[in-house]
Amino acid sequence: MDYQDIELLRFTTAGSVDDGKSTLIGRLLYDSKSIFQDQLDAVEESSKSKGFDYVDLSLLTDGLKSEREQGITIDVAYRYFATPKRKFIIADTPGHIQYTRNMVTGASTANLAIILIDARKGMLEQTHRHAFIASLLRIPHAIVCINKMDLVDYSEETYNTIVSDFKSFSSKLGIKDIQFIPISALNGDNVVNRSENMDWYQGSTLMYHLETVHISSDHNLVDCRFPIQSVIRPHTLENQDYRGFAGRIDGGVFKPGDKVKSLPSGFVSTIKTIELNGEQISEAFAPMSVTMTLEDEIDNSRGDMIVRENNVPEISQDLEVLVTWMSTKPIQARTKVVIKHTTNESIGMVKELKYKIDINTLHRIEGIDRLEMNDIARMSIRTAKPVFYDAYKKNRQTGSIIIIDEQTNETIGAGMII
Amino acid sequence: MSNYVINHLKELESEAIFVIREIAAQFENPVLLFSGGKDSILLTHLAKKAFFPAKIPFPLVHIDTGHNFPETIAFRDQLVEKLGVKLIVGSVQESIDKGRAKEETGADASRNSLQIVSLLDAIEEYKVDAAMGGARRDEEKARAKERFFSHRDEFGQWDPKNQRPELWNLFNGRKNYGEHFRVFPISNWTEMDVWEYIKLENIDLPSLYFSHQRDCVVRDGVILANSEFIKLKENEEVVNMTIRYRTCGDMPITGAVESEADNLDKIIEEIATTRTTERGGRADDKRAETAMEDRKKQGYF
Ligand SMILES: Nc1nc2c(ncn2[C@@H]2O[C@H](COP(=O)(O)OP(=O)(O)OP(=O)(O)O)[C@@H](O)[C@H]2O)c(=O)[nH]1
Ligand SMILES: [Mg+2]
Repeated sequence: MDYQDIELLRFTTAGSVDDGKSTLIGRLLYDSKSIFQDQLDAVEESSKSKGFDYVDLSLLTDGLKSEREQGITIDVAYRYFATPKRKFIIADTPGHIQYTRNMVTGASTANLAIILIDARKGMLEQTHRHAFIASLLRIPHAIVCINKMDLVDYSEETYNTIVSDFKSFSSKLGIKDIQFIPISALNGDNVVNRSENMDWYQGSTLMYHLETVHISSDHNLVDCRFPIQSVIRPHTLENQDYRGFAGRIDGGVFKPGDKVKSLPSGFVSTIKTIELNGEQISEAFAPMSVTMTLEDEIDNSRGDMIVRENNVPEISQDLEVLVTWMSTKPIQARTKVVIKHTTNESIGMVKELKYKIDINTLHRIEGIDRLEMNDIARMSIRTAKPVFYDAYKKNRQTGSIIIIDEQTNETIGAGMII
Repeated sequence: MSNYVINHLKELESEAIFVIREIAAQFENPVLLFSGGKDSILLTHLAKKAFFPAKIPFPLVHIDTGHNFPETIAFRDQLVEKLGVKLIVGSVQESIDKGRAKEETGADASRNSLQIVSLLDAIEEYKVDAAMGGARRDEEKARAKERFFSHRDEFGQWDPKNQRPELWNLFNGRKNYGEHFRVFPISNWTEMDVWEYIKLENIDLPSLYFSHQRDCVVRDGVILANSEFIKLKENEEVVNMTIRYRTCGDMPITGAVESEADNLDKIIEEIATTRTTERGGRADDKRAETAMEDRKKQGYF
């Protein structure tokens, strides 16, 4: 197949610390021959100097000095490889609880999660947390890899126990598509090549799954949403009256001639052109970046949204959100924050903390007065100006917000609108 | 419905344009760091597409080490002229003359890390609050860790252990006085993506990237162009070779590859079968295992 025409799959790793995520990614890259000789030489060299008797493939992704010293992942590493079937963007995320926010960073743009479980340890609290976060983020596909099978004598029984444990937990999560594979990331069993040690496993390898999982558009093609990033006004003699609205389509299909409505003004107009670099586009859909011009002179600016006249998003100053809290500084109700949603920014106030979720039982804990780092909770937020949103389950772009600390400007929360 | 998918090059293009437009919208004084290499040429091309028919609304900044390939400078000046954008040159020689930077000595001396001084000086002088660059995550293991919007403290430093979370496509460019951002719109592109896209879009490149004859010196297995900036060591000799470059940095540190690939198709074929990374020939990365991370923490590109 022509390289230019292959699909892109973005996936993330998840699971507890030391379950073998980085080793697995190293193995995947190595066995698919995506490692260059100089990279491999460097990794062999540092494994040797650390006194290991095998090549530590996790060094291929654990690129920071402190990660290499401690043998853990601290922040997401992005790696890339392509096979004749697909092109992959991998986010290898840390398992350590302290760095959960970096896991959320890597997972927020993924359409598939590989969840690792150490066969000796089974499901741990971080396995629960990561699986739950993956489901909250609505990552549509999950592959659960039971790793380090070499350390449990490739036992089918151990594998089956963990699979059923995971299933009883995940039945409450609502991840649609879950596959299970017994692997050894260290030795490569069932990663790219079939294992010779586990005859009892009839399923396919991890690579086969990655290449064939059905990822037809995960984008919303029904509800037209075009948040405006900026207005293009050339101020040149030949383009004196040009007013283009620059942005990326977040949902639906737009065509020249469509009747559209501008929010918040409510003005109605017709799409004159959709273009990029002067080339005309007949149909625009997510995730295309385009420039749109309208038939009428409408005063739109950054943060406004162009939608279809008869299909508008929710418009409100009150948001109900599920958040993952990312700051070491706890938050309480009545705290002022900055809310970023699509290309819009608004002052906001955390009005109420409704409940947080016990990560092991998934039960709600009510009557809380603060959120601590890594808590997952539901809160209500009041914004200073109206937000045009869809529920996160309907649209990952128009349904997500980030919460920013007004003083430090740090991103302190990731929110999914209910 | 299955018609409504775009191929991966278009998806990468769209992502990069989105990020470039965010930079223009979120910052007051953004600049594009233009090295003259293929990645910054690609970035400039994407910036042009992002704002067409308007001109690119920010200047290009070139940190001139004085050790550039003459081809790079000629290409830069032509491009700036064609696009009608402003060019700011930060000179390493000037930083040295002013005593702000100190030249390395010895046969392997390089001005690579001196660029940090001139870059940070330029950022301060022009009150730059966002400097976008063409760095890609697949280039190097420390770069694989970088966010799209990468926060720098008031000393221009990167703190890789404590980066801001970056969720969905919601880029947080808020900062305190004196701090700035480095932004990398083509983070997710691989070397192959870059070449495929250059071919698709017919983007002009300096002749250095295509096979040509050149007088070279082979040092520690790296093929370096012979130039006034290189001091020959004992036993080293100048040989005429058929080469091309995969990346373009300074003359004395950028390694060439022996290659007959004189057009884009041949280059793409060559990359598909090559067994070393493009920065494999960069002497600046070979100084220590974490050479890139160390420089980046101080404010390198
Ligand atoms: N025997 C055996 N050891 C493994 C296997 N996979 C990983 N390991 C070892 O487990 C340890 C941890 O592996 P990593 O890949 O760093 O784990 P991780 O999940 O990336 O850890 P964090 O990123 O810090 O959460 C290393 O010493 C690996 O060599 C396996 O399949 N078999
Ligand atoms: Mg890891």
